[in-house]
Amino acid sequence: MSNAILVLFAHPALQRSRVQRALAKAVRDLEGVTFHDLYEAYPDFDVDVAREQALLAAHDVVVLQHPLYWYAAPPLVKQWFDLVLEHGWAYGARGTALVGKRFLCAVSAGGDEAAYCAEGENRFSLRQLLAPVEQTARLCGMEFLDPFVVYGTHALGEDEIEAAAAAYAARLGALRGAER
Amino acid sequence: MQTGFFFQALVYLCAAVVAVPIARRLGLGSVLGYLLAGAAIGPFALGLVGREGADVLHFAEVGVVMMLFLIGLELEAVRLWALRGALLGLGGIQVVATSLAIGVTALALGAEWRVALVAGLVLALSSTAIALQSLREKGLARTDAGERAFAVLLFQDLAVIPMLVLLPLLGAHAAGAGGAAHGATAIDALPAWGRALATLAAVAAIVLAGRFVVPPLFRAVARSGVREAFTAAALLLVVAIVLLMQSVGLSPALGTFLGGVVLASSEFRHELEGDIEPFKGLLLGLFFLSVGASIDFGVVAANGASVAALVVGLVAVKAAVLLALGRAARLSAEQNLLFAAALAQGGEFAFVLFSLAAQGGVLAPEEADLLVATVALSMAATPLLLLGWERAVRPRFGARRAAREPDAIDREGPVILAGFGAFGSIVGRFLLANGVETVVLDADSDHVALMRGFGIRAYYGDASREELLRAAGAERARLLIVATGSLETMRKVIHTAKHDFPKLRVAARARSRVEAYELLDAGADAIYRASLDTALRSGADALRALGFPAYHAHRAAQRFRRHDEASWRELAAVRRDERVFQSRARESLQLLERLLREERDVPDPVDDNAWDAASLRAERARRDATDC
Repeated sequence: MSNAILVLFAHPALQRSRVQRALAKAVRDLEGVTFHDLYEAYPDFDVDVAREQALLAAHDVVVLQHPLYWYAAPPLVKQWFDLVLEHGWAYGARGTALVGKRFLCAVSAGGDEAAYCAEGENRFSLRQLLAPVEQTARLCGMEFLDPFVVYGTHALGEDEIEAAAAAYAARLGALRGAER
Repeated sequence: MQTGFFFQALVYLCAAVVAVPIARRLGLGSVLGYLLAGAAIGPFALGLVGREGADVLHFAEVGVVMMLFLIGLELEAVRLWALRGALLGLGGIQVVATSLAIGVTALALGAEWRVALVAGLVLALSSTAIALQSLREKGLARTDAGERAFAVLLFQDLAVIPMLVLLPLLGAHAAGAGGAAHGATAIDALPAWGRALATLAAVAAIVLAGRFVVPPLFRAVARSGVREAFTAAALLLVVAIVLLMQSVGLSPALGTFLGGVVLASSEFRHELEGDIEPFKGLLLGLFFLSVGASIDFGVVAANGASVAALVVGLVAVKAAVLLALGRAARLSAEQNLLFAAALAQGGEFAFVLFSLAAQGGVLAPEEADLLVATVALSMAATPLLLLGWERAVRPRFGARRAAREPDAIDREGPVILAGFGAFGSIVGRFLLANGVETVVLDADSDHVALMRGFGIRAYYGDASREELLRAAGAERARLLIVATGSLETMRKVIHTAKHDFPKLRVAARARSRVEAYELLDAGADAIYRASLDTALRSGADALRALGFPAYHAHRAAQRFRRHDEASWRELAAVRRDERVFQSRARESLQLLERLLREERDVPDPVDDNAWDAASLRAERARRDATDC
């Protein structure tokens, strides 16, 4: 039995992005993957909570794909978290809708991997910077998977971008078949 | 005759025009202004008007009747029912206790028992006109004391009926006088049970007609679109009730009050208020003037000491009873003093009843004159007492009053919506869906009837009338949204609102840029161009259909709207200098040309550089190059 994957994609200006465009293109049409472009669905930030909850309930793996701006996701992702993950549905004594699902962050960062450590320019590892998201997933009873990260996007050449996109597709493919 | 009438009119109008503004400026209130002016022009001072003042008084009593009608209009049946305890309890005890107190005092002073009884009964009544007008003018009608005072006055109106029956029984020759003075004869022929039956039938007729006959009739008149016709219908209604009531020997004021209550829940409530209000104001003014003119200064001067003693005694006895009552009704000290000050005077019925009593031989003519002068002077004392209350008592209880304010706001809708057409109906439905109390004013009576069917507070009427806006609560409302049919009406509404209710925020919808400018010039605080948002939404959807990302299209539309609003505001200033001698069509074309010219050069409407990493990449490339 294969897992259904929901990709929550958030990019406010996709026409300006090279890496995210390639990543999105690589997984958009994969079998068993529902690709959900949040900025396309809610340009006015008016998130349809019932629809989003139904989508979440219908999938086994939730992938949150976005570029890292100022060490965090674009604002619509925050809005989505705030509205969709309701108490009594996603967390709390009776909030068990997401328990047992797996959660993967798929982010691209402008800086090199070396910049994301205590001695580096950004002073924190990417995993540390993603702590709020990790804790959110945990509180909802989801398993937080090791994030998929594309570093140094500003310096990537076309080949490297293609390679990253392929790696991303492979990661999702593996999640699709993987048993817990 | 003609000259006589016009001269009289001139005198009365002059007195009103001169005295009332002065009195108000001095903080005395319009009631005292009228009374003083009346005294000045009366036969006992300047002598500009003669004894016919008494006739004028009768005529002007229609003003009191109209006031009761208007009060009824503001009082829906539910609230009247809530007052029933105060009405019967407070009112009943007040009349009985005051009659006894005054009667016993009169007996103690050596009056004959019949005189004492008549004086007690008649002087127990207070002046509806003076008390209510003064309270309303000072905005005190809806306080605890104001509502209790109103209940008592209402009961007194009921109590007049048995008094009119009783008085003739006390005197020998007065059998027909009660009827005559009340303008009725037909009913006197009936036996007692027939009279009772006729009275009940009249009351039932008012209730049933108000419910089932008058609204469709008014709707038909309203559909004709002639405003005078509606005003005439409103006056006709009042006059018809007065005649009906007189023919069965009931108080006309009571009848019109009842008619008002029945019509309070109809859609014509505000339009009726607007139509009757000016007549009421004028006639009430005339009434106060003629009360002032009827003060017989000859009698006062001849019996100075006893008149003074009578006035002080009357006010003191009435106030003492009222204070005890108010205390029993658990009014606060401040409100109780207001309650007593408002009602401690003789009523206008005293003029009628004392003259009846004199005709019937119950009172000697001199006694009657003395009592009439006492009552008139006690009326004049009321505004002074209220002024004293305002200056000396209220300031000490300021906090309590402030705490009651929100209540008054809740009763009126915080939003008034003028026009419930294509635009207004969306705004109105939106506000109602969000639980905002909205008063809708619309000039189409069918429309209004339909809305009321859905429980919407809708009223028929022309929103550009100051009275209608006031009746809809413009003094307390926070926002007026103007979306009526013609530009001319909208401008009038805005002008009236800005002129008479400067604190009210006015928002207006405009159907074109030029119209928007006109509304801005008229004084609207906010302008909503009706097609702007819809047009931009369809523009954004067009971008999406062509493959633009949704968020890009959304932001492009937002940005364009900001640009359009800014250029519209910018041109508003320019336009003021250029618009002279221009037709609207020509102006519209010029505006468009200017906009198109400016926008031809706008490069990329959305330039979110923040999301563009090109400069970052370039900087990094430079750094890498130097590092090597």
